Amino acid sequence: MNVVIEEKVTSNPNPVTKRMKKQAFRLLKSKTGMLGIIIVFFVTLMAVFAPVLAPFDPAKTNVVSRLLPPFWMEGGTTEYLLGTDNLGRDILSRIIYGSRISLMVGIAAVIVAGAIGMILGLIAGYYGKIFDFIIMRTVDSILAIPTILFMLIVLAVLGPSIPTLILVLGGTSWVTYARMVRSETLSVKERDYVRSAKAIGAKDFRIITKYILPNVISSFIVIATLNVATIIILEASLSFLGLGIQPPDVSWGLMLSDGRQYIATSWWVATFPGLAITITVLGVIFLGDWLRDELDPKMKD
Amino acid sequence: MEQTAILEIKNLKKHFVMTKGIIKKNTTKVRAVDGLNFDVYQGETLGIVGESGCGKSTTGQLILGLLDATEGNIYFQNRDLAVLSQEELRKARRDLQVIFQDPYSSLNPRMTVEELIGEPLVVHKLASGKKLREEVIELMKLVGLGEHQLKRFPHEFSGGQRQRIGIARALALKPKVIVCDEAVSALDVSIQAQILNLLKKLQRELGLTYVFIAHGLPAVRHISDRIGVMYLGRMVELSDRDEIFEKPLHPYTQALLDSVPIPDPKLRKEHQLIEGEIPNPSNPPSGCHFHPRCPYATDRCRQEDPEYREIMPKHFVACHHPLL
Repeated sequence: MNVVIEEKVTSNPNPVTKRMKKQAFRLLKSKTGMLGIIIVFFVTLMAVFAPVLAPFDPAKTNVVSRLLPPFWMEGGTTEYLLGTDNLGRDILSRIIYGSRISLMVGIAAVIVAGAIGMILGLIAGYYGKIFDFIIMRTVDSILAIPTILFMLIVLAVLGPSIPTLILVLGGTSWVTYARMVRSETLSVKERDYVRSAKAIGAKDFRIITKYILPNVISSFIVIATLNVATIIILEASLSFLGLGIQPPDVSWGLMLSDGRQYIATSWWVATFPGLAITITVLGVIFLGDWLRDELDPKMKD
Repeated sequence: MEQTAILEIKNLKKHFVMTKGIIKKNTTKVRAVDGLNFDVYQGETLGIVGESGCGKSTTGQLILGLLDATEGNIYFQNRDLAVLSQEELRKARRDLQVIFQDPYSSLNPRMTVEELIGEPLVVHKLASGKKLREEVIELMKLVGLGEHQLKRFPHEFSGGQRQRIGIARALALKPKVIVCDEAVSALDVSIQAQILNLLKKLQRELGLTYVFIAHGLPAVRHISDRIGVMYLGRMVELSDRDEIFEKPLHPYTQALLDSVPIPDPKLRKEHQLIEGEIPNPSNPPSGCHFHPRCPYATDRCRQEDPEYREIMPKHFVACHHPLL
């Protein structure tokens, strides 16, 4: 039995390409994973090529053609496919441009949060003692503050802008990463292979970067993708409350907030950006789910 | 032949402090290792056996410097390891290496074989680039692995092959002493023999000294020159392999030998099996730690701690009533 397996492995010239092929194959098999990748891919394309794709300038107002319904409804024109808002701005163009900020804020805030959480979590878990105490009590304090309220206050004091928004969103969501990374670190550092690294005389930095980090990164990536979804929604909530993205910048959350007043008479103003958020978030979540299965060591071979 | 001691262990102790209780803190000391004295000679294999929880693995980790001793000293080539700075200790690690029990958990799953075996050389800046790869390939050949396996990950190997990777990793720094912490217990019996033979071959070729930790006497019989028996953090008997098997002096060693199954039904006899459990090391029995389970225990055993002494040339025993 042993021999058979070995032959199978040896006959393969390059195990790395084989592994990649296998992963691609499994992705095709997972329907939700595929759907997630397609959605995320198209939203990214939309954000990158917004100036090419958008039929109108998203900030251009046109009072004559305000609150036009989508093209398939009575009164709608094919010029404005998804209709216009209260200032006569083209909703499709605004959604296309809005993807830029929504995605950018989502990804940048996750990077900020992930970096802080990863570093502090590794330090707390690996060194323990006083480091652990200080970092984890900070985490507890942040968890005890109502997030939205805290973010509103910071944004109100510092003035709303995209960098502030990213910092505020990142600065409050790193705690999840820190807790997760710390607990994974605690379990990984007791494993024999970490002891073996100490036995060969490896320094702490090497042990953390080569032994602990690669072994906690898979859960980290999964949480990060799911967090992109949460942050897009948080950004929408903040913009909705008026302290997020400020005009003339446009984000989906801001559009949602603009459309609120017209929901009874002109439903399309708020519905389409809302749909954009839902679809993107679903795509990211599907992608995260697939990644979680894929990075699980038990799934390998 | 007069042998030189490469490792001297003097009065080594390791106590783990445990805290219990929320309001009133109760601290209990677990005496994992409680006063060990022994030498390891250059080029020999010293087997250390004992039941689970007797402190044999802790001893191994203390020798390797993975744990700090509570008390006592370890001299490696006449140098006290405890007085070395962190940096000196890291360098001393080159001479003291370890092979772990479980080859499934002792190799970083995210590294290739090349990285795993080459890492010690990289860490100590001994080789890089092409030379590093050559050395890794040489090490792989030494332990019976092939060059084509360089880029594989540990999960692509069987237990025995993984253990070979672990051995190659330990050998990379050309150490003088290797602590084998139950190095074969997790493997299939057929693979155990292969690995033991490999270890013996390497010892002959490279002049290695082994401290071979195992939980049963039969496991170390094949490979050891001398065998030490531990009980509850202490060495109770230490002697040449054949002498331990033929003339055990401590009742515990005797009992361990009696508990070895004999694969011949005709030779079966009434065993004097040890009764009871190994006592809690945080609350060891008074006097001789073995007395509650010892068939020969007397009042003296209950009160007085037996001295660990050389009762016959090169035969150490800690017992008031050795089985002479």
